[in-house]
Amino acid sequence: MSLPTQQAGSATNRIRGVAGRPGRRARRNAILGQQPLGLLFSAPYVVYILAVLAFPLGYAVYISFHSYFFTAPGVAVDRPFVGFDNYVTILTDPAVLQSFANIGVFLIINVPLTVVLSLVLANALNRVSRLKTFFRVSYYVPYVTASVAVIGVWLFLFQQGGLVNSLLGPLAPHPSWLTNSWLAMPTVALYVTWKQLGFFILLYLASLQNIPEELYESSAIDGANKWSQFWNITVPGVRPASVLVTLLATITGANLFTEPYLLTGGGGPDGASTSPVFLMYQKGILQGHPDVAAALGVVLVIGVLLIALIQKRLVGGKEE
Amino acid sequence: MKHGKNISRILAMSLAAVLGVSMAACGSGGGGGGTNATAALTAKGPIKIWYSNNQFEVTWGKAMVAAWNAAHPDQKIDAQEIPAGKSSEEVIGAAITAGNAPCLVFNTAPVAVPQFEKQGGLVNLSAFPDGKSYIEGRTGALADQYKSSDGNFYQLPWKSNPVVLFYNKDIFKKAGLDPEHPKLATQAEFLDTARTLVKSGAAPKAIWPSPSSDYYQSWFDFYPFYAANTGGKQLIENGKSTFDSPEGKQVATMFQTLYKENLASKEVYQGDSFAEGKAAMSLAGPWAIAAYKGKVNWGAVPVPAAQATPKSYTFSDAKNIGMYSACKNQGTAWEVMKFATSVDQDGKLLTGTGQMPMRKDLTTTYADYFKANPLYTNFADQAARTVEVPNVPNSVEIWQTFRNAYSKAVIFGNQSIDDAFKESSAKIDQLASQK
Repeated sequence: MSLPTQQAGSATNRIRGVAGRPGRRARRNAILGQQPLGLLFSAPYVVYILAVLAFPLGYAVYISFHSYFFTAPGVAVDRPFVGFDNYVTILTDPAVLQSFANIGVFLIINVPLTVVLSLVLANALNRVSRLKTFFRVSYYVPYVTASVAVIGVWLFLFQQGGLVNSLLGPLAPHPSWLTNSWLAMPTVALYVTWKQLGFFILLYLASLQNIPEELYESSAIDGANKWSQFWNITVPGVRPASVLVTLLATITGANLFTEPYLLTGGGGPDGASTSPVFLMYQKGILQGHPDVAAALGVVLVIGVLLIALIQKRLVGGKEE
Repeated sequence: MKHGKNISRILAMSLAAVLGVSMAACGSGGGGGGTNATAALTAKGPIKIWYSNNQFEVTWGKAMVAAWNAAHPDQKIDAQEIPAGKSSEEVIGAAITAGNAPCLVFNTAPVAVPQFEKQGGLVNLSAFPDGKSYIEGRTGALADQYKSSDGNFYQLPWKSNPVVLFYNKDIFKKAGLDPEHPKLATQAEFLDTARTLVKSGAAPKAIWPSPSSDYYQSWFDFYPFYAANTGGKQLIENGKSTFDSPEGKQVATMFQTLYKENLASKEVYQGDSFAEGKAAMSLAGPWAIAAYKGKVNWGAVPVPAAQATPKSYTFSDAKNIGMYSACKNQGTAWEVMKFATSVDQDGKLLTGTGQMPMRKDLTTTYADYFKANPLYTNFADQAARTVEVPNVPNSVEIWQTFRNAYSKAVIFGNQSIDDAFKESSAKIDQLASQK
């Protein structure tokens, strides 16, 4: 693995000797790196990230520290610096605090369930010899179908007179799933887990192809059973994928919006499934308070980054 | 390590660029401020307009535009349906910010007007020499509800859909109730009828107002009953909320009973519960006549008050015409507003859509139409007694605050109505007093 680097290094030394201008080249290397073309090739993506992600984020941070509302071009208004006022507003708003608690419940259910189910199902799919494509497509279809379309099916399943309650009979919860303060968010979490499973299964399937078959063969010779192989070979073998799945599930989960908007009538019952992003939409777009919404967004970004950092350390292990 | 250094370098350069561009952007905005505002009021030339995507309104809109364009080749209208979005208000709000709003929107919700005004997105129609007199002359006493807090008009009252109580005659008959003389004159009768409907098994629910948290849902459950109960009080009057009162709590208690006794559902219905026979009654405006034609054997009565009254009030569900400040040829836009709300065009709107132009003497001006279409007569009569959402600052936030309190206490029963109304009315008073 280290050979190409050494070769590149010696080539550089040869060029440096011929050119005789080591100082200038060193300065250029310090600024542009040894492969300036790399910067050129990565420029389109960097520009894209700057325009679509970084600039709006930077602007959101600016908005969150000002008294700000959107105006027509050319309209002169005061947008005074207000320090942490917007942050105080959101952090003392019971609805906002409840939304963070709701999303915490969501992540606690959704992320582990996503990781475990997608790994187990990907492992099973990897070993299926018949109808492999059928199963893969079956798991992937919900992911590529719009939530608006799929949500009707879940309403049919989980409404008071729905299929699930009919099957449960006297064991059906009261109030029913989507109008029950304790069950609404877990139901949303289950829905999102099911809907996104296909994507995460694909990630694991790709990762499983990297585990050498010889490891399974040699462990079988050593007497390892299926569980032992799964735990000692498969799970460590797909650790990079597990980090990715955990991070992606956390990030998409923290940005929850469509599902409570449609499934529980806008975060119901009584705010039990409201998410921070839903409140950002309400405050920033509907109510014309982008400053408060931006502060909420910044807090959410920081929270997600912290959780992601912890997850990366925990799931990634020493390799990370 | 080199890879890491490269990433650090890219990140550092990116961060610098982000901060630079962000700060540059922050420095822009402001300035200017309508230097040509006065000149624009008289400017003539082509204009752009948006109208609703409702098929009946599209037909009316196209015909109106064709009539104008034929007579004004030098001031043509370029018309289109309002672009798709979660709501028209979001689309218009975004267009105001982007500076590409059209001259006129024939679908401006009164609740959004204070916010659009704050954004500097609306033209003050009172600034036209005949602006105030035209609006008041055409609309009559109802015009006062559409005046902004500075006393000016930023919207031209256009059409209303007075909300009444629709009921399914077949379901009433099945429940053993007289479909031609339903007992729905008072709120107590309404509740008793609801109980009979559900207990008889004639319908799963007596009524199915959406229990969602959307700020505007209260216009289709609480507000029409509150308007009826109070003889036409708005949610806020003279800067103070009015609903934390015996009349408001009485309506809230009635709905709470509906939910407690499972006469109304706490779940969102995907579709039209009334059209599909899942609910025996529904609150809707005259638009529903065409929508339910051939689907439901319906009847309609005024929204009941606590005490029977021959002249009850209800929510208007109005949509108005707004002129947006991005418009360069505001002189033409004002002429188009007057053309589109002329006696002739209002008549065409009425006959084409069944929606009520907000004009005084509606039933006499269009007597022939109402004689030929008696189903619409009650709506026309009701249109004269409608209550609009209060035209106050933070209007949307006020309605969201009310909706949250209503949901908590009335729909889901997690707080007493007394406490919920007391807390929310204090918060709403505070919001209404802000600029």
